[in-house]
Amino acid sequence: MSILIDNISKHFGSFQALSPLSLDINEGEMIGLLGPSGSGKTTLLRIIAGLEGADSGRIQFGDRDVTNLHVRDRRVGFVFQNYALFRHMTVADNVAFGLEVLPKSKRPDAATIRKRVMHLLDMVQLGHLAQRFPSQLSGGQKQRIALARALATQPEVLLLDEPFGALDAKVRKELRRWLRGLHDELGFTSVFVTHDQEEALELSDRVVVMSNGHIEQIDQPGDLYASPNSRFVFDFLGNANVFDAQFSHGKWQNDVASLQLPNEAPKTAGQIYLRSHEFHVSSVATEQAFLPLKVVAINLIGAEVRLELTPIDWRSDNIWEVDLPHKAFDKHCFEKGQTVFVTPKAGYFFANGQKTPQPVYW
Amino acid sequence: MATHLSAAQARPKHKRVLPGLGLSLGTSLLFISLIMLLPMTGLIMQSVDMGWDEYWYVITNERVVASYKVTLWAAFFASIFNGLFGLLLAWVLVRYEFPGRRVLDALVDLPFALPTAVAGITLATLYSQNGWYGDLLASLGIKVAYTPVGIILAMAFTSIPFVVRTVQPVLEELSPEEEEAGMTLGASDWAVFRRVIFPALWPALMTGIALSFTRSLGEFGAVIFIAGNMPYVSEITSLMIFVSLQEFDFPAASAIASVVLMASLVLLFAINVWQARYLRRLHGR
Repeated sequence: MSILIDNISKHFGSFQALSPLSLDINEGEMIGLLGPSGSGKTTLLRIIAGLEGADSGRIQFGDRDVTNLHVRDRRVGFVFQNYALFRHMTVADNVAFGLEVLPKSKRPDAATIRKRVMHLLDMVQLGHLAQRFPSQLSGGQKQRIALARALATQPEVLLLDEPFGALDAKVRKELRRWLRGLHDELGFTSVFVTHDQEEALELSDRVVVMSNGHIEQIDQPGDLYASPNSRFVFDFLGNANVFDAQFSHGKWQNDVASLQLPNEAPKTAGQIYLRSHEFHVSSVATEQAFLPLKVVAINLIGAEVRLELTPIDWRSDNIWEVDLPHKAFDKHCFEKGQTVFVTPKAGYFFANGQKTPQPVYW
Repeated sequence: MATHLSAAQARPKHKRVLPGLGLSLGTSLLFISLIMLLPMTGLIMQSVDMGWDEYWYVITNERVVASYKVTLWAAFFASIFNGLFGLLLAWVLVRYEFPGRRVLDALVDLPFALPTAVAGITLATLYSQNGWYGDLLASLGIKVAYTPVGIILAMAFTSIPFVVRTVQPVLEELSPEEEEAGMTLGASDWAVFRRVIFPALWPALMTGIALSFTRSLGEFGAVIFIAGNMPYVSEITSLMIFVSLQEFDFPAASAIASVVLMASLVLLFAINVWQARYLRRLHGR
């Protein structure tokens, strides 16, 4: 079922949790709401569910206007961050809850409910735990039970609040893949909230990046990564190193550091955002760039080696991070305390006062 | 055995906040013995002197049996009333923000702080035929003071904090998400309360009611001033004990007291066992 969010806003006291925002979600789509805490993503999700009322605006499920509909009548599945399983009920009773509370005329008989519950539990591969209590389950199992419970009433909209937040990395990955499979198989429309960019990029058809109650950008994961449209999105999606540049003598300069302008770049001051893996690193400067940095830490992160660098005789607000493949790292054998020079291959230039960037390539 | 011990002692022991099981358990047991078991033993010793037949005769005396009935029924109704009203009060205190909430919260403990005799006299004054409430109720044809209803009132007053204070923390801990989960699954407000909230509160509520009940069984000060103390109608068991004491019949007093004691112990024990079972399920042990 498609979801139409039209000019929704929300205050909590004097705090503007959501500025008026609109969003169209297509039937069968999986949408990730991505943003730092306090960005309003959970509030938006709760408003879609009806757990929170919006101050203004309209929400429509398909052709059904649900703006003033109570949460129990919206027929959405909602998976809570802490799962919110009913502690005093067995796993089977938890899953059956949505069916048991249906009005008598719509409620299936006990045998049908039992069959449906077993089917759902088999679907989440936890049939053998039917008679356990929630406290006897692991986090990943609880998550799957919460999902089975939410799906029991066959909602057409599934909403998930930080669904994998409390799980360890391996289980998280497994569940992500499994949820995506389930989504594709059953064809419901899903919206999930996350602050993990990797999760959002991997799982969603489209990602909605939020900050301070605004939508910053809505795009497919690939496009979002390739063309972030603001400083915020760039910062939030991966480690950006920022080179704060003045324009003088035909170069971008920052104290002793300087960068040659690529051909198409505007000849003004601004910030150049550089992704951590788009660098060459060597122990001598190149003609294109003079960016001296000191190695302060060397971290092994899986397939790559991450160098943490601080500027020498020029300014940057953050520690720079540069990722190298092991091969390149082994060739140079950088050491802690050593001076290195980095040369960017590509970046995004935000001219001063400009909100959107221009990609630059050397 | 000796080698066994020394090997165990050689290993670094798990550090605990309280010094060792031996010392802390020993101290606890000593205090329990001094302030609870010793007086209780004295009580039993008193009644042991009288022999089984006499004991039985005393505790099954017609007037005493009538007092059991009055006490049990009154305590039953008082604790049921407290169960309902205490739950409501705890709910209001936990779930709503309103001016004076802290004051109300503090007032709940008043029945514990107030000398029970003061409570009794106050209630008797208010509810007697020319008291504020009594006057009003009399015009409706309801008589509270000097009837069993008065006993229920006094018992309920003195034991309400038990219910509120046992339910309150559980209610505070209850996550709103569980209620919201119930609602997203389509449950009505009543269904959410009955199937989600109430089962979580149930053990605490039962404990509160049981405590309130046993406290009511033993209540003396608050009750006698309002009860009217008519034999066979509004005499409570603790009054029977008091009457025996005034007649210097210590064995009889102890015998009746032992009945109250046993009833309370059995009830509290049963509640404890039941609650432990219920909670074990909840916490998955």
